[in-house]
Amino acid sequence: MTTLILDLAVTHILGRGRQTWVAILSVGLGVGFSIAMAALMQGGEDDLIDQLVNDMPHVQISDEQREARRQPVENVFAATRIRGLRPLEDRRGMLNPEQIRAQLSAWVPGELVWRLETQGVVQYAGRDQGITIYGIEPQPETEVEAIKAEDFIRGDFSSLLSGGNNIVIGDGLANKLGADYGTTLTLVSSTGQTRAFKVTGLFHTGTTARDEGEGYVLLKKAQILSERPNVINNIRLYLPDPDMASDVAARAEAQVGYKAVSWQEANESLLEALVIRNVIMYTVVGTILLVAGFGIYNIISTLTHEKARDIAILKSLGFTARDMRRLFVIEGLMFGVAGSVLGWLLGFGLCVALSMVRFELSGGVVGQEITHLPLAWSIWHYLIAGGFAMLSAAVAGYLPARRAARLNPVAIIRGAT
Amino acid sequence: MSVLVETQALERVLPATVPVTLVSDITLSISDNEFVAITGPSGSGKSSLLYLLGLLDRPSAGTLTIGGRNMAELSETERAALRLASMGFVFQFHFLLPEFSVRANVELPMRKLGRLSASQRRARAEELLDSLGLAAHLDKLPEQLSGGQRQRVAIARALANDPPLVLADEPTGSLDSQSSEQVFHILNDLVREHGKTVVAVTHEESIAERVDRRIHLIDGRLADWQDDTSPVTSP
Repeated sequence: MTTLILDLAVTHILGRGRQTWVAILSVGLGVGFSIAMAALMQGGEDDLIDQLVNDMPHVQISDEQREARRQPVENVFAATRIRGLRPLEDRRGMLNPEQIRAQLSAWVPGELVWRLETQGVVQYAGRDQGITIYGIEPQPETEVEAIKAEDFIRGDFSSLLSGGNNIVIGDGLANKLGADYGTTLTLVSSTGQTRAFKVTGLFHTGTTARDEGEGYVLLKKAQILSERPNVINNIRLYLPDPDMASDVAARAEAQVGYKAVSWQEANESLLEALVIRNVIMYTVVGTILLVAGFGIYNIISTLTHEKARDIAILKSLGFTARDMRRLFVIEGLMFGVAGSVLGWLLGFGLCVALSMVRFELSGGVVGQEITHLPLAWSIWHYLIAGGFAMLSAAVAGYLPARRAARLNPVAIIRGAT
Repeated sequence: MSVLVETQALERVLPATVPVTLVSDITLSISDNEFVAITGPSGSGKSSLLYLLGLLDRPSAGTLTIGGRNMAELSETERAALRLASMGFVFQFHFLLPEFSVRANVELPMRKLGRLSASQRRARAEELLDSLGLAAHLDKLPEQLSGGQRQRVAIARALANDPPLVLADEPTGSLDSQSSEQVFHILNDLVREHGKTVVAVTHEESIAERVDRRIHLIDGRLADWQDDTSPVTSP
């Protein structure tokens, strides 16, 4: 029975010739471009999140507190209400840093690094440039790839251990100052301390803020420079699964009492914007396929009019209204299937073509950078676009099919005779 | 002979601002193995009566019994199943599916019924078409045949599921006299040699006068006069 309905459906569709191909092509184009668009947008999103996740710590604990500490008077009098209380503005770093590190190391999956972050000015050849100075311990920073090995043009974090005052800076900062690898710079801390540091490493991450505004020195040197011995004010957690960050941040904050911010919280507005972007994308994709569905509706609708006599014959032979509905819905779905397959091929071809597009961007001292369009290859793009197309085709087929099923064979036979 | 089809005060009124009565007060019975002609002037309700007997239309009033079953009790699906298994239709125009070959058109009701295997269906279609002189045209499309040949294919299709009742609406209406004669003989043979019951609407006196019985309609009602041998009863 099903093969009979399929035979009838195929016969009807093949009998339409050019109209059939136009409808299949319209669905195919819709599916194909939807896939390419989804791949581009998802690729861009993945690339952005990848940068957020990889270039930033998954959880960052700073020496800030979200709320003021509970005041002793509040412990004594339940009715106490204190207004306008704020955390101390004088951030002196984290209390008992070794204890905090030990507490976190006991349960946090992944790696921890700790830093002293301070502001300073770097001077060279009569030029001054404000930067953020990070006091670090080279080994854990290297393990978590705070700066990727391939981003180092010369030297690396371990060069900080080579004796004396050493600093690793970005190539952008070096260019601004006219400095180079091996140059000795003068660092001035916010407390007025001045020290000479030799450039033992140069990096290029591609992020201007980092390349022009960061300098890395040994933790001890930073503590001396800022006159804050044994102080850290920043703990960074790198987790095996970035999606754990929110839970880990909440637990860490509850445990150590300092503000712990996950990468999701830090980029909340950006992630919300991505959700909105996805909604817009799928709306556009849905609209494209809906328009293709109108084409299918048009053909099936025309078919039901043209084949009214056939419908009457089939009904007189003993076919039911349900059979007629199935026949035309299957015809609609056939357009959907054929269009989806064509669209998948087209979408794949477009993605391959887009993946070969190259942009040559000026990369400064590292020469010419070649950048590809970020593309995401996902079976879900194909399944979602195909699913939309099938749904659109099924609805487009069902509406005229319902009308065809209701046709009164007597009226048609009388009309024909 | 047992009664195959029976009607009691059958009526069909088309609902409209001014309702149109197609047939009214039709009480008759048709026995099996009988060749009955429904005659009457244009607009007298011949085809309307045939469509009611063939379950393509539902009566507004009265009862229709086929094989002892009251058709009012059947759902649309059951009526369709009864049409498929127990009735064959031949219309004035062949009404073959134009994209299907002669053989595929004849196989269509058998495929829908699903009782025979593909090879059995093929063999039965070829046998039917051969018996109607169409063995040389099995794989042709309907448009490649003459009017008479197409009508014979339509008869073969009507007989595909071996139904006891064949209903024909002006089966010779669009044919020349030679083809008309051929079609009449085929229908007549169905009754005489194959035990079928044939009910045919016809304008042609030459056919009507050679059947077992004639049901004559005027203005949607049974005429006062009927064939002498007619078992038709007027209320």
